Parts: sequence; structure tokens; C-alpha cells
Amino acid sequence: MAEATHDIEIRNLYKIFGPNAAKHVESVRNGMTKEELKAQHNHVLGLDDINLTIPAGKIQVVMGLSGSGKSTLIRHINRLIDPTAGELLFDGQDIAKMSETELREFRRQRTGMVFQKFALFPHWTVLENTTYGLNVRGVSRREAEERARRWISRVGLDGFEESYPNQLSGGMQQRVGLARALTNDAEILLMDEAFSALDPLIRTDMQSVLLDLQSELKKTIVFITHDLDEALRLGERIAILRDGKIIQQGTGEQIVLRPKDDYIASFVRDVRRGHVISVRTIMRKGARAETPVTLPATTLLEEAARAMTNAEVLRANIQGLDGQHLGMVTLSKCVAEMIAPDDSEDVDPEAQVA
Amino acid sequence: MRDLRIGIDEAFRNFTRAYGETLEQLFHPIQLLLNFIEGMLIDSSWVIVLVALAGLVWLLSRNLKIVAGTIVALLLIGYFGMWEDTMRTIAMVSVCTLIAVVIGIPVGILMARSDRANATITPLLDMMQTMPSFVYLIPVVMIFGLGKVPGVIAVVIYAVPPIIRLTNLGIRQVPADVLEAAEAFGSSGRQKLMDVQLPLALPTIMAGVNQTIMMSLAMVVVASMIGVRGLGQPVLQAINNQYFTLGVMNGLAIVAIAIIFDRATQAYGKRLQKHLEAVHG
Ligand SMILES: Nc1ncnc2c1ncn2[C@@H]1O[C@H](COP(=O)(O)OP(=O)(O)O)[C@@H](O)[C@H]1O
Ligand SMILES: [Mg+2]
Repeated sequence: MAEATHDIEIRNLYKIFGPNAAKHVESVRNGMTKEELKAQHNHVLGLDDINLTIPAGKIQVVMGLSGSGKSTLIRHINRLIDPTAGELLFDGQDIAKMSETELREFRRQRTGMVFQKFALFPHWTVLENTTYGLNVRGVSRREAEERARRWISRVGLDGFEESYPNQLSGGMQQRVGLARALTNDAEILLMDEAFSALDPLIRTDMQSVLLDLQSELKKTIVFITHDLDEALRLGERIAILRDGKIIQQGTGEQIVLRPKDDYIASFVRDVRRGHVISVRTIMRKGARAETPVTLPATTLLEEAARAMTNAEVLRANIQGLDGQHLGMVTLSKCVAEMIAPDDSEDVDPEAQVA
Repeated sequence: MRDLRIGIDEAFRNFTRAYGETLEQLFHPIQLLLNFIEGMLIDSSWVIVLVALAGLVWLLSRNLKIVAGTIVALLLIGYFGMWEDTMRTIAMVSVCTLIAVVIGIPVGILMARSDRANATITPLLDMMQTMPSFVYLIPVVMIFGLGKVPGVIAVVIYAVPPIIRLTNLGIRQVPADVLEAAEAFGSSGRQKLMDVQLPLALPTIMAGVNQTIMMSLAMVVVASMIGVRGLGQPVLQAINNQYFTLGVMNGLAIVAIAIIFDRATQAYGKRLQKHLEAVHG
């Protein structure tokens, strides 16, 4: 079992689409925008100076609107797209510099990929689809089928081994896509809008399947989505792309708590903030309140507010995992942060009265 | 202009004199193959041939109606005394189709993989298809004289474009995302071709085979002018001597085998396509 141990480090990555891409990198480095590049040279700026460390064994979400460069970025990790400039470091190697043979080995041994439109092989059964990665590697048919059957069963497709993709619903097809990628037993799993084509309920289902698998597998997962709820549910780290640039990265909580600009703010506007942000991030560190309510640091704002109102108090102390005191929050700060980003000083209401 | 024409004709005649012999040697295996198949079809008892052909049609089409039609048509052909000519024509069409497939599929693959090859060969194919079929007979006869082998060559030249075109088209039509998936799993170029591109192009390639068979059949009749025996010759005789019934009968026999070939290969193509059509959205 390949548990992930290596980060993927993307350094100063540029991608320009067009016949003379290399020639224009310098101008882009010096600040030429996507629109200018298009207007003046008829080249498309796909990625603009991407720097991103994708932590081993974590789910890294890349989010952005359509055309922001998400697919372009994820395709650089297994080099389905060649970079115009920059490095992609993994396990001491630069993916951008691999020879054709090295690249093929890298794809076979270290990566698996799941696609938005499933991209199953329509002329093969579920079992044949799932063994594909191992067949390409030359694993014996018996072993390949044995391993594939395990994953088919793991994604809940028992009994469908001999079905053809066109006999399955969308959700089931993507389970096949997932099984096909997992059977490779690789430490990197690339998922390009893997659930975007599915109905909302099935989509939530698949997210659960993925989280469940990941809690056991600990792969390095790069998950692309344009959906904030999905990003927040899956992403341990989230990077937001716009016009080929990463404009903010961090945990979901950090991004919802303090969107860096109006673009991101409009993204996170409709999020139930109280459902995403925990008291840890807004508490007044070190302060202590006279209150019977003590909450764990990971308590979400909604729950904290409910706990305080139920106890009819205005403040709560916050403690860490092993019970040490960390700080305190007030009900008004909780409520304010639930409504909108709130930079005002957390004033103690009791103090005001007094 | 006149001098130029004479010049070219002269050069061509010299070329023929110098290399005709070698070329004939080169194409001799075709003659052997053709004789072998012809011999098998004609010398075996007609019952065996009938059963074998019906069995073949069944294997391709899995359709009893088409098989029944085949049997009735062949029985009628036998009854009206056209069995031997029909077998000659079937042998000829089979060999020509086989050769066209062996040449056409690799060329089609080459065109699908290289845009340059595509741009070079496409106009050539256009020309081959618009040229009146008789014209092919001239250089072929000059080099090889009259007979079966020149007949085969002329027929193949005439009938090969569809299989090339449709192989090319079929491979180019393979969905980009499926190909990308194969690539992402680390497939080599060869693995992509054999595992994904050719299997997914197969229904289209079969449509090409179907067209190639139809064109071979049409050309075999024309090739009777340069000594290819079979159903074409009685038609030619009928034209020269105004034997109306003879012409019509042989014409109908040609139509009958055309329909059999057509239905059998089309049904096969449809069966191949079964899993490729999306049932679920
Ligand atoms: N092969 C290509 N040639 C030219 N432009 C491209 C190509 N692929 C992507 N682009 C452009 O790059 C940008 C990013 O595309 P993409 O990565 O597909 O975005 P996303 O996946 O976020 O929707 C878009 O402006 C798109 O038009
Ligand atoms: Mg995309």
C-alpha cells in the first residue's frame, strides 16, 4: 500500500498556450496580464507563476471559476500538459524534466486520475476498465483482476464487474473511475472536477466515499472543484485560482474567515460561516471569562452560540484537546462572525456594562 | 502538347519493358492466393460451399433473416447456372478486399497520427475516387497485360480509399478524454493504439470495409474488360451481343451478392457498436 510520503512542490510554474509560448514568459513575469497577452500576441495565459506545496497525505483542493486554469494546473502534475517554465518537484525529481520513459513510469507507479466526464473505456466491462492501469504496467492478468475486484467492491460496485459503462448511472460510472484510479495503488490521486457532473445527492455520497477511503489510505489527493461547499467539505488545504494565478491559499476556515479580496468574498458570501468557522480562529487568546461554559477549540460558531444561549451566558472559555485553557469568546463576536467577516475588536459586553 | 504526350507514353512503355517482368514476379503471390480461393469455392461440392457461406454470414450478422436470404439467393444462382461465375466473383472480391484492408488500415493509422501525412494523402485519395474507374485499367494493363492480377490491382486501387479514409476518421473520432485517460495511466503510443484507438474506431473501420467491398464488386464487373472472369464477363458479352436476358440475370446475381455482403458487414458493424452507445445520460 502506497501511503504518501512526499510533498508535491510547484515552483514558479507558467503555462502559456500558443506557438511561441516560451518567448512570452518574460513579459508575463514582468507583469503582462492575461488580457494583454491575448490582445497583443494572441497567446493564452493558462498559469501565471504558480507556487504551491501540496502536502503529502492530504487533500489539496484547487478552486476557481470555469476557465481559471484548474484543469491546466492539475494536468501539469502528471504532465498531460507540458509547462512553459517552472518546476514540479516530487521525491527529488522535477516532473517537468522527466524523459518520456521516466514520465511513463511515474504515471504508472505514482499517480492515478479521475476525470470530470468519467472517461471510461466504453468498449470494456467494469472489471476490464479497472484493471487497465495494471495491464499497462504488465501485471499478470490474475493478479490485476484480483486487485481490481477488491477496489470494485470497496467503492460499492459488487456484482457489476461484467457490466459495461453505458449500462451504469453517472454516479456508478464515477465509482468505476475511482476504482480504476485506486487500483493503481499510487500515492498521488488527481481528481479533476470528479464529482461535478453528478446530481447533488449522489455527489454528497461520493464525497463521503472519498473521505472514508482517504481516512484509511492517506494519499496525496489533488481535488479540483468550482463548488465551495465541496471544497470546504473535502479540502484540508484550499487554493483559489483566478486567471491562472493563485490568489489565496490556506485552510477552508482561513479563507471563509478572511477572504483576501472581493472576488473570493463573492465566492464565500453564501457559505454558512457558522458551519465552517471554529471558535479557535476567533477566540481572544489567553483571556479567561467567568462562565460555566467551556468549549473545545474545534467547536463551530453555530454550536458555540447555541451552547451559550442555552446556558444563558454571554461568554465561553475555550480549551484544547488535552483540556488546557486557550482563551475565550463572546456570544456577540460569534454572532458577528457568523454574519460577516468582522474585524472589530472583540469587546467584552460585561465590561461595557460595568 | 502532342510531343509531351508521346514522350510520356514512350517513357512509360520503356519502364514497362524494363520492370514489367520483375513486377509480375512480385505480384505472383496474389495470383496464387486468388487461384487457391477460387479453386476451393468452385471445386468443392456446392452444398459445402453453401453451408460455409451461410455459416460465415451467420457469424458476422447473427441474423437469421440475412442467412435465409443468402441461402435462397445462392440456390437461385445455382439453379440458373451462374454458380461458377458467382464463385469467381466472390473469390475476386474477397482477395481484393483483403488486400485493401491490409494496405488501407496501416495507411489510415498513419494519416490519423500525422497531420502531415493526412494533408499529403487526402488529395491523392480525392483524385483516386473521382477518376473514372476505366482509367485505372490503362497503366495496369500496360504493365501487367491482361489477366487476373492486373484485375486485382486495378480493383484494389479503386476500392482502397474508403477504408483508408474511414480508418483515419475512426481513430480521429475517438473521444479526447478517453485517450487522455489512457495517457494518464502511462500507456505507450502502441498501447493507446491497440487498446483504445483501434477498438473504438472499429465500427467506423467496418463501415469502410463495407464500402470497399461494394466498390470492389462494382469494379470487378468493369475489370472483366481486361480479362477478369466472373459475373462481369457475361454482362460484357450481353452488351456486345445484345443478349438482354443474360445481362439482366447476371446483373441480378451481382446485386444479390452485393446485398448479402452489405447486410452481413453492416450487421457486424452494428453489433460492434453495441457497447459504445450511451444508454445512460
Ligand atoms: N490547449 C489550449 N489551447 C489554448 N488555450 C487553452 C488550452 N487549454 C486551456 N486553455 C485556456 O486556458 C485557460 C484555463 O483553462 P482550464 O485549465 O481548462 O480552466 P478550468 O479547468 O479552470 O475551467 C482558459 O482560458 C482556456 O481557454
Ligand atoms: Mg476544467
